[in-house]
Amino acid sequence: MSVDATAMERAPSPWTGRALLRRLAIGDEVAHLVTLIFAFTVILLTSLLVYQLFLNSAASRHAFGWHFWLSRTWDPVFEHFGAAPFIYGTLVTSAISLLIAVPLGLAAAVFLSELAPRSISDTISFLIDLLAAVPSVIFGLLGIFIVVPMMRTMIGPALKDTLGFLPLFQGPNYGVGFLTAGIVLAIMVVPYIISVSREVLLTVPRDQREAALALGATRWESTWKVVVPWARTGITGSVFLALARAVGETMAVTMVIGNDPKIATSLFAPGYTIAAVIANEFTEATGKLYLSSLIELGLVLFMITLILNGCARLLIIATERGGGHP
Amino acid sequence: MLLLLGLALTAYAQPPDSTVLLNAAGATFPYPIYSKWFSDYHQAHPNVQINYQSIGSGGGIQQLKAGTVDFGASDMPLNDQLLGQFNFKIIQFPTVLGAVVPTYNIPGVSGELKFTAKALSDIYLGKVTKWNDSEIASANPGVKLPGNDIVVIHRSDGSGTTFVWTDYLSKVNPEWKSKVGSNTSVNWPVGLGGKGNEGVSGLVKQTPNSIGYVELIYAMQNHMGFGLVQNADGKFIKASLTSVTEAAAGAAAKMKSDVRISITDATGADTYPICSFTYLLIPQTISDGTKREAIKAFLDWMLTTGQGSVESLNYARLPKAVVGIEMKNLAEIK
Amino acid sequence: MSRARLIWRKSLNAVMLTLTGVAAFSVVSVLFLILGYLVYNGGKSLNWAFFTQLPKPVGETGGGMANAIVGSLKLLLLAAAMGLPVGLMAGVYLAEFGGRTFGFLVRYTTDLLNGVPSIVMGIFAYSLVVIPMRHFSTLAGGVALGIMVIPITLRSTEEFLRSVPGSLREGAMALGASKWRTIATVVLPAARAGIVTGMLLALARVAGETAPLLFTAFGNQFWSPGWNQPISSLPVMIYTYAISPYDDWHRQAWAAGLVLLGLVLVANVGTRVAVSRGGASRGA
Repeated sequence: MSVDATAMERAPSPWTGRALLRRLAIGDEVAHLVTLIFAFTVILLTSLLVYQLFLNSAASRHAFGWHFWLSRTWDPVFEHFGAAPFIYGTLVTSAISLLIAVPLGLAAAVFLSELAPRSISDTISFLIDLLAAVPSVIFGLLGIFIVVPMMRTMIGPALKDTLGFLPLFQGPNYGVGFLTAGIVLAIMVVPYIISVSREVLLTVPRDQREAALALGATRWESTWKVVVPWARTGITGSVFLALARAVGETMAVTMVIGNDPKIATSLFAPGYTIAAVIANEFTEATGKLYLSSLIELGLVLFMITLILNGCARLLIIATERGGGHP
Repeated sequence: MLLLLGLALTAYAQPPDSTVLLNAAGATFPYPIYSKWFSDYHQAHPNVQINYQSIGSGGGIQQLKAGTVDFGASDMPLNDQLLGQFNFKIIQFPTVLGAVVPTYNIPGVSGELKFTAKALSDIYLGKVTKWNDSEIASANPGVKLPGNDIVVIHRSDGSGTTFVWTDYLSKVNPEWKSKVGSNTSVNWPVGLGGKGNEGVSGLVKQTPNSIGYVELIYAMQNHMGFGLVQNADGKFIKASLTSVTEAAAGAAAKMKSDVRISITDATGADTYPICSFTYLLIPQTISDGTKREAIKAFLDWMLTTGQGSVESLNYARLPKAVVGIEMKNLAEIK
Repeated sequence: MSRARLIWRKSLNAVMLTLTGVAAFSVVSVLFLILGYLVYNGGKSLNWAFFTQLPKPVGETGGGMANAIVGSLKLLLLAAAMGLPVGLMAGVYLAEFGGRTFGFLVRYTTDLLNGVPSIVMGIFAYSLVVIPMRHFSTLAGGVALGIMVIPITLRSTEEFLRSVPGSLREGAMALGASKWRTIATVVLPAARAGIVTGMLLALARVAGETAPLLFTAFGNQFWSPGWNQPISSLPVMIYTYAISPYDDWHRQAWAAGLVLLGLVLVANVGTRVAVSRGGASRGA
């Protein structure tokens, strides 16, 4: 006993002298430290970003307070700034894009996971992932030269003829506007819905499908009533992911939305989104309040995407872990 | 390894030491002539590169204030209040005169429409909504105007062209003045926004039944119809080199040493009512010697040789008296 | 069960299943439509001048986007130099050294950073680089893009490092290698294919970004020497030319779109093919 105690007293501390040098020479601590610093850089950058947004929007936050979120005026001459038209535009275009992309994407995901032979499914998934890689400015390019004329000459009049009694489809049809932006956004986000939903659907255990079929369900019934609900959480996660992308999209939207900060009921009307107004007016915002208001809009956008991404992550993780129990 | 190679390659891209790189930004109104000038000047003086980005007058003013560009360009002259926001002194140099025209795209209407001041302001106020409204039709007897909705197009960015347009509308329509006012960016009652003169002309070109305001050369280069505007004397004038030069002549008389004047709605039988000077905003003190000499040399060239090429793009030359004033101001840059 | 109901269920089955197939194929056909339009419209305007000449003054036809192509490459180079090492090292940290809480924090902020809209990233780079430098510059644009590269690189590095079987690590350590040696000489090379894929995909993604460059790299009609000057780039040129009224500029926008999309697709397809082939040969 006493021998052990003495031995321990005499053992040198690993953090001093020759022991330290030896450990440094081995290099593990150094490697740990170096990589730690890089990892910390990520945290540093993100905090700096949030801090900058907060700091530089101080002027407008103090001037307008919460009223900023509700005010519909965007007047650089008289220096009244309000976020409402932009929040409205962001929400409406994203909603339209989801209304189009979710049914389409979910249907395609079902096809790819349930019906298609593996090789076709893999090829098509690959191609759809390529669609996700297309830069947004190219969607804008196609939007201007293809979707806008189509909206003006074909889609718009068709909608007016069939659904023109709804206030959504009344009013002049310029070609650019909420609906066009929504359509372009839908094309941009549908790959996300498809790829995540497909993966989630593939994790649904075989016995679920087989049980349903054994009970006499048709293929479709087994899919729609058993498999999809099982993967419900993960699919919802993919929707949030798509929504986060749609909300932050700048270029494609500003090229086809009409850039008018107004709240209108008609989907044919021109509108504006948060990202688009920042892109258009940032370099020329004269005056502290103007610039601060634009940055505050950036802060609003960031917070919205934060919440959406957070929900998406949680939902997708929940599915993968819990096996999608309802 | 690839990275190192790439970085090494870019080292080769360094220009010889005598190259002067200047960055400028601002108005889209004079962009056609400026881009021609900077290109011609670079050919004549290959060691001077002036990179001009047309982001709108508002952008020019703001970036000059932030110090990110060497000089700016704006159609709107800076009033004392705006000048006070800068922490250095600025000298404003008029470069050319241009006209802002109402350009339109009405299927079936190929001729030139006449617009009264009231018609233009009411269209932009949203009070006149159809092309066959009496305010437009009464000035255009004999032209078959469709009953389609007018698509109003304005600028989405901070624009000197907007300033000129709204300055004119404020002068001719008190309702406009009180409701909207004049500035590089206003709270538009109606309309779609296009970015830059380029964006507005692009939108008008692609949107049937639309009307927009652009600098004359944009309408002409893109073969777009533009209307005649009724001037203060009551005549309907088409914007052209002559009618803009008329406005310029009248302006020279008014200008003393302060070159900041508004020449919209000017009197004169053959004057086009929506004209404006456009200005280069130069800091009075430029600490970098090479840059200062380069800028001064360019301004000198612009006031002499450069003026020779403006008329080919339908901008009007600066009146001699104005050039005289500017030469004096040029000496002030230290 | 009545016969009618059975027929109804069977026909519903057939209809719905067909519809799902239609949905999948229509999404794919959108991709081909995009490619088709770009190839047709862009191909018409791609010529030697496009790749070698500088833009001409407004209203004059001709000229090219040589400086924009080089500009995009320079920006990507800078973004790679700044963002890839950070993403790689941080990924190594998370996979090999990470503690529970700190690791969670890093992953959480990475997700945050990934979700930042690109326009907001532009604002950040503007206040971080442009204002203090009093200059629009390639550096500012590179910083904006570089930060965007980090989350994607980090995530894929961590993922592929984790997928390296423990037996490899243990084998190296059993032979007496220190931890960092194991990582550097055994684990990283094993995961190399996947990590490089992640890096290339990250670069391909930021190559097409326009919004963050609007107020950092700004734009330039001429060649941009060094790193301190504003610089032209393909996506910004596409945007500027597309919204203009000049037909010649429209043609050039299509051509630029084709070049940009071509680069992005080649990067995406190339890396995936390389990974799948590499993965298959590696076996377990």
